[in-house]
Amino acid sequence: MLELRHVSKVYGEGLTEVHALLEVNLAVARGELVAIMGPSGSGKSSLLTIAGSLEDPTSGDVVVGGASLQGMSRREKSRLRRRSIGFVFQDFNLLSGLTAAENVAMPLELDGTSARAARAAAMTALEYLGLADRAEHHPDDLSGGERQRVAIARAIVGERGLLLADEPTGALDSINSEAVMRLLRDITRRGAAGVVVTHDAQLASWADRVVFLRDGRVVDQTVPPAGPESLLASGPQS
Amino acid sequence: MSVRHALLALLSDGPKYGLQLRHEFEARTGEVWPLNVGQVYTTLQRLERDGLVVGSEGAEEGPQKGYRITVDGARELTSWLQTPPDVEQPPRDELLIKVLVAVQVPGVDVHDVIQVHRRHLIELMQRYTAVKADAAEDDVALALVVDAELFRIEAAVRWLDAADARLPRVTPTPGAPARGAPAAGKAPARRLGARS
Repeated sequence: MLELRHVSKVYGEGLTEVHALLEVNLAVARGELVAIMGPSGSGKSSLLTIAGSLEDPTSGDVVVGGASLQGMSRREKSRLRRRSIGFVFQDFNLLSGLTAAENVAMPLELDGTSARAARAAAMTALEYLGLADRAEHHPDDLSGGERQRVAIARAIVGERGLLLADEPTGALDSINSEAVMRLLRDITRRGAAGVVVTHDAQLASWADRVVFLRDGRVVDQTVPPAGPESLLASGPQS
Repeated sequence: MSVRHALLALLSDGPKYGLQLRHEFEARTGEVWPLNVGQVYTTLQRLERDGLVVGSEGAEEGPQKGYRITVDGARELTSWLQTPPDVEQPPRDELLIKVLVAVQVPGVDVHDVIQVHRRHLIELMQRYTAVKADAAEDDVALALVVDAELFRIEAAVRWLDAADARLPRVTPTPGAPARGAPAAGKAPARRLGARS
């Protein structure tokens, strides 16, 4: 669903040149949740914005759902984002003047879906996230956990196949964070591809694969976890 | 994990048989720590010897022998619950020692060593998280046990992250100390919990 091929990103030039990403290769299949970990300045957020077509790489190519972003016009990229890519941010990025349902329906309406159909899709998404009864509330009337779930509903509405999340639980306590990660895992199990950028090891551990970035390069990744059986073998002490 | 005190806790809400104690122990610890029958009876015999429980009179040792907690047993349980575990002395942590040693070994990049351990720990966390993800939502005991392990491992990962950031990344030059090594002759400001 997502492929980064030899992606590099350079900001500035000359003495101020910063290599944010260097020859990054990454493939994320449908049904897979990948976490990107690394220290501040390792290139995590650049990777996410480039994967989401919000920024262009300096070199290399990004392929989303089989379509190369290289040579796509701005309009084509906008359409791709509206139809195929959902974003979840740490600070939710909800519009305070709109209700939860209106926030969720907005990407579909912007893409030309009728208000009625967009509203129906929004309600389905909110229902899936357990927020049907909060549909008419404004973001200020919701808790942090509820706001993030509305943001996730907005990211998945319309059956988008790629979900990109940047520190999605940064503003939440551990129980709400776990609930968000359970949802992201469930959404990918239903067929989406997910990429979560985080510095939090507990959240990363919900992913099928954890990719480690350092100085703009992929330096390591986890192998698929073995079964839990061996964890349960050690007994207590008398 | 003290089986001794866990059994006292299970007896605190009424007398129970040995086999019953074993089942309840496993259920209340999310079935993460299997307990063999021999361990249960050995521990019960010691508790009885110490006057912390009493067995039903005349009953033979075995699954059908009942036990109840004594006043001294209840006092011991309360005291144990309120006694903080010994965490004041820094433990002889193998991970810490490996990183400290890696700093000194020529030709070894301590950051690579840190990454190997970081990956291993996160893979371990993935396995624990999978246990929690697959568990029934109302299995609070299992969630608590898994959370305890996850927070413990996470602390080690965070320490590795801090060590990674603290240790300088320098290109070694011939004759220079290994990466991240403290300057020669400079002793640590103080030693924590030095033990022989």
